[in-house]
Amino acid sequence: MDSRRLFSGSFSLKNIHPAVLITAVFLVAYPSFATDFFIFQIGAYSLILGTIALSLMMLAGYGGMVSLAQLTVAGLAAYLMAILGDNSMGVMGLGWPWWLTVIVSVLGAALFSTFIGAVSVRTEGIYTIMITLAVAVAFFYFVRQNYVLFNGFTGFAGVEPPILFGVYWRDPVPFYYLSLVVAVGFFAAVSYCARSTFGLGLQAIRDNPRRMRALGYNVTLHRIVAYFFSGIVAGVGGVLLVWFNGRVSPGTVGVDVAIDILVIAVVGGMRHPIGPFLGAIAFVLLENFAIDLIDRERFNMVIGAAFLLVVLFSPDGLLGLWNRVRDRLRFRGNAQLSAERVNKDDPASSGSLEKS
Amino acid sequence: MRNFIERHTFWAIVLLLVVVLFLWMIFAVWPDWLVEAFGRKKTFVNTLLNGVTLGGLYFLVASGFTLIFGLMRNVNLAHGSMYLLGAYIGYEVADRTGNWFFGLAVAFLAVAISGVLLQVLIFRRMANDDLRQTLVTIGISIIAADAMLAIWTGTTYQFSPPDWLFGAADLPIISVIKSSGAAVYIKYPVFRLVVLAIAVAVGIGLWIFLNRTRIGMMIRAGVNDREMLAATGVNVQLVFVLVFAIGAGLAGFAGVIGGTALSVAPGEDIRYLLASLVVVIVGGLGSITGAAVGALIIGLAEQFGLAYFPTYGVVLTFLIMVVVLAVRPQGLMGGRG
Repeated sequence: MDSRRLFSGSFSLKNIHPAVLITAVFLVAYPSFATDFFIFQIGAYSLILGTIALSLMMLAGYGGMVSLAQLTVAGLAAYLMAILGDNSMGVMGLGWPWWLTVIVSVLGAALFSTFIGAVSVRTEGIYTIMITLAVAVAFFYFVRQNYVLFNGFTGFAGVEPPILFGVYWRDPVPFYYLSLVVAVGFFAAVSYCARSTFGLGLQAIRDNPRRMRALGYNVTLHRIVAYFFSGIVAGVGGVLLVWFNGRVSPGTVGVDVAIDILVIAVVGGMRHPIGPFLGAIAFVLLENFAIDLIDRERFNMVIGAAFLLVVLFSPDGLLGLWNRVRDRLRFRGNAQLSAERVNKDDPASSGSLEKS
Repeated sequence: MRNFIERHTFWAIVLLLVVVLFLWMIFAVWPDWLVEAFGRKKTFVNTLLNGVTLGGLYFLVASGFTLIFGLMRNVNLAHGSMYLLGAYIGYEVADRTGNWFFGLAVAFLAVAISGVLLQVLIFRRMANDDLRQTLVTIGISIIAADAMLAIWTGTTYQFSPPDWLFGAADLPIISVIKSSGAAVYIKYPVFRLVVLAIAVAVGIGLWIFLNRTRIGMMIRAGVNDREMLAATGVNVQLVFVLVFAIGAGLAGFAGVIGGTALSVAPGEDIRYLLASLVVVIVGGLGSITGAAVGALIIGLAEQFGLAYFPTYGVVLTFLIMVVVLAVRPQGLMGGRG
């Protein structure tokens, strides 16, 4: 079938673009020339947000299911870390060993994500966004009200990564490399998954669920499994997030943050796994340096405006913008070829190409 | 209605029994064992009334949401922002002019106009791309929330409606009979009853508008088949604008009503957005009756959850949503699916 050619054809060492190598070298060498602030607050944080946004990109880009509950899934993992592991609040904190806590937290998050998927895939398209948004808001209110399990408004503090191999993993450099390994690992996994039979099936379901159902594919199961995988990605992101912050509270899983994740994924671009990371870097840079440009209070305005502009004028995000610039620089014939290829990849986005 | 009884006789009987039970619990003087099991009758009746009136408020917000969705397939996630905008504008006007009703009217008009602008300037440009439309409304709600925070700051505002709307009324429901034999009647805030009355009036008005007028007929036809309606020579864009104006206006209207019954503060936009989402998911998207049923269920669930098991109240609401989605993905009153 066609899938075999696609599968084997696009994964060879020769095809690695020089830009990928340069990026890889830059990412590995980054801590050697950056300050602690840039390593931790910008570098590691972008990678964490990028990972969580990657889980959304996976669902939305390949599965066509825009879930607003990905941060909620990550937040649940973060809360489980505090509840099962240690925290300094004197509520819960069962003191499980760190590896067990991490595994159970990530699995718990993945199960929660599966559950959200099972609830929301029964309806299609635009309903998903509503149901997942409702889940996200309900989870936020629930953890804020519940003092027995989630310690209510204050949440938990003092959640620390373990000291392993004599390294304190919350130090900027080790934590950066930890986030980098996780992010690159999931990036590769998602890229691989997109070309696997499962990923191709998922993309076909996104484009035409009825045809796939007629061909004998279990559409519902494909979607739910996609939710499970994205739950793992988001869950690991949540574990890193709670180690990064050292604390987790209802504010961590607030609706505004959940929407920030969507903003990151959309601004970066939903068509390729690199998109969420680009979006995350742009978001974190803006978050940290917007103060110099405008009032700190009005940060949301800037983010909202950036998001609106992207949705209105470049639905493929920064990636789409880059593709268009590149196409313009090339010869006309080449540009047409690549436009056709892009068109074939995702017919839904053809609207954006008309303008270029 | 008759159709429902014929098709689901069992559920109709269950429903009837529940209603009878509730009526008995409202009007009878509670025996001791019931008081032991449920707490005081006053709590129960107040919770019930709170739930029903809150349901009325939710209906006001959600009916506009569901109306817009039904016709345009556009999930307007800025609906909560419209609620809050209406509340702030209503407050400003009512505060300056000293007339609460004037504030109500201006809030309706102003938010309706903002809805028209949204439809004409943005949604019309991206017809048939509902995901993008929805994302745009998210962007707008982020900006709107921040702009409103900048203008009206984080302070909580309280409306001052006319005196005769405030205060409490004696209901013809006996709470307890004192040992002296004198009956104690339950008191309840007048304004909340007014909220309920307004919600019922708006519901009936919408029903008449949709089912008994020519424009309503066009809207219903548009809900069923937009292209065919356009083919018969109706200016669909005009109908869209009208529906968007009514839907948005209702959100603004609800903002003043809800702001008066409770209070106005940042963050309310998310709360009412959640309420509208859950109400229309439970009730069925695009159906006004569904919005009424969903609003009643969610309002009651929220208040009973709050009164009888406070820390898990949200879970109850959420559970109802999940159960409905599992049993009837298109919602209780949703037609297609």
